Amino acid sequence: MKIKEDAVLLAHGSGGKLMHDLIRELFIEKFANPVLAKEDDSAVLEVVGGRLAFTTDTYVVKPLFFPGGDIGRLAVCGTVNDLATSGATPKYLSCGFVIEEGLSLEVLERVLDSMVEAAAEAWVTIVTGDTKVVEKGGADGLFINTAGIGAVPEGVVLSGANLKVGDKIILSGTLGDHGIAVISKREGFEFSSPAMSDAAPLNGLVADLLSAAKSVRALRDPTRGGLASTLNEFATASKVGIEIDEAAVPIKPEVMAACEMLGYDPFHVANEGKLIAVVGAEEAPVALETMRRHLYGQDAAIIGKVTAGPPGRVILKTPIGSTRILDMLVGEQLPRIC
Amino acid sequence: MKLVSEFRDPNLAKYLIDRLKATSSRAISLMEVCGTHTVAISRNGMRQVIPETIKLLSGPGCPVCVTANSDIDYAIELAKTDGVTMTTFGDMMKVPGSYSSFTKEKAAGADIRVVYSTIDALKIAEENPDREIVFFGVGFETTSPTVALSVVEAKKRGLKNYSVYARHKVVPPAMAALLSLGEVKIDGFICPGHVSAVIGSAPYEFIAEDYGIPCVIVGFEPIDILQGILMLVEQVESGRSEVEIQYKRTVRPEGNPAAVKLLNEVFKVTDADWRGIGVIPATGMALKPEFAGFDAEKRFSVELPPTREPKGCACGEILRGVKLPYECKIFGKSCTPEHPVGPCMVSTEGACAAYYRYDRTSVKVG
Repeated sequence: MKIKEDAVLLAHGSGGKLMHDLIRELFIEKFANPVLAKEDDSAVLEVVGGRLAFTTDTYVVKPLFFPGGDIGRLAVCGTVNDLATSGATPKYLSCGFVIEEGLSLEVLERVLDSMVEAAAEAWVTIVTGDTKVVEKGGADGLFINTAGIGAVPEGVVLSGANLKVGDKIILSGTLGDHGIAVISKREGFEFSSPAMSDAAPLNGLVADLLSAAKSVRALRDPTRGGLASTLNEFATASKVGIEIDEAAVPIKPEVMAACEMLGYDPFHVANEGKLIAVVGAEEAPVALETMRRHLYGQDAAIIGKVTAGPPGRVILKTPIGSTRILDMLVGEQLPRIC
Repeated sequence: MKLVSEFRDPNLAKYLIDRLKATSSRAISLMEVCGTHTVAISRNGMRQVIPETIKLLSGPGCPVCVTANSDIDYAIELAKTDGVTMTTFGDMMKVPGSYSSFTKEKAAGADIRVVYSTIDALKIAEENPDREIVFFGVGFETTSPTVALSVVEAKKRGLKNYSVYARHKVVPPAMAALLSLGEVKIDGFICPGHVSAVIGSAPYEFIAEDYGIPCVIVGFEPIDILQGILMLVEQVESGRSEVEIQYKRTVRPEGNPAAVKLLNEVFKVTDADWRGIGVIPATGMALKPEFAGFDAEKRFSVELPPTREPKGCACGEILRGVKLPYECKIFGKSCTPEHPVGPCMVSTEGACAAYYRYDRTSVKVG
């Protein structure tokens, strides 16, 4: 890299020479692809025909680096996962950077490297971007926005409003890893076995699942608000009840321990590499097996089923034979988790 | 997970439930005086599995709920004072005073920070010598020793910009006050596990002896609670009233002498104003004169607005066990966790929040 400065200056966002150097020497070099290299005002893309999925998300996680991931990996995976759980094949990403003056270039470079790695894993191309630099105190290090476009294959219609009584609920892996990893790092909790973020692109897992099972009604990645919020969204949209077997929900011991200690409910803690699939009962075993064969679905489990109601209510069966309501998270549990 | 999963064991739970059914012959009311128990009982659906003869009441056990409105008003005014950085535990943020809350004041620009430990507040004080760092401490002996430690530590480190606004309370005399009020029939107390890890079992003895009410110190997992209830039922059925410890893996009869010594070193016993109950003699803790330099009340003077209680809210009666949450007129109607009216719905350990969140459809009325 030819940039001489150690840290990002206000002038790097000025539109002048320094900004061009930064974009050319860092962003274009890292994200290396022909569309971006044209440096035009827009990325001009081939239209694939059929339906497009289009989504955007902004990442403000604190700290920028945490066990198992960083803001760059999150910014790619989060948007890829929003596309994938809509049934789309993610294709292109945009990225907008809001950089606080003084951010070390070494940090920025590490974030970009991480984005490059995640984008390669997810088979997406970063085709357009923008950089703004704000004065010290105007942001906190680095914020990233990504938007994504994906192609939705014919016949794929996924919606939280599609659930049918008798369907099975499958969770792709352990709950709460991301939220606990970030909060532990941010607050300096030194657990003897620290939780690792699960940030990962799930489009491969989704592709496998959709080709193995035709009765997939809905997919969603339970990020902020956790599993509880997603299940409540499904139950409300489909006007059905959902019953979850608490003992069947996979949770890592270190995450469980941290939740017990900090008073968090793992059902409310954010995930960044997990999805919930609602699948017709007959195909549920096939769907489960398919997910378990994938790197990001090894711990998948059938955790519950769709019931007649009462509509909109999610019920948890406890190990001691009682039930309780599983409500949506109210208020902010962990700010700036993604 | 070790030390969790075995205390949620379905077979053990069934065994204890069967024993309870075989033992409990008459209708009794048991009161828990710890917010963590309130949450654990609702969260695990305990009321559904115990015999109908046993009624569980929530008492004044939620630390932020029992904090008087005027004390919260005072803390809010302190937080708004120029140059003050207010620190507190997270459960205090949303609790409303008469007019505002920490959350609202933070959004309006007050410097209010959530800390996980009082030692973190000291660190903020060290890093910000030009600011006055105040820690707002509420609750019982689970947290008061850490506040005492912070004061001792601040003195040792020579910190001049750290002080505490201490509104800590002690539990056993409040239990006696409820019995003396005689508003509600209590046949046994589910005593707080973590408070008792500090104070031990002796402070409850007078309740068992003078009032004839059985007390069992209980842990927080489903198996703990079932076993604790069984121990209470056995006492009632056999006409005994003793202090027993179910939560033996954590609580020793003598408590934690080091923590108690620290409390006695820093705090003196005083009267305290409890929301819903009023002033109870000898249930508060105030900094001793030798620590006056760390007493926020001595260091700052604030003007207190007239206190007002939320309209229609039955938190006071709920904290005394006179009403169950769903017997409040506004429970689940104008008062929900999204739009809470009183502290019992705001705090995660509040009885109203626990009932609403976990078993608003399955509560047994009466």
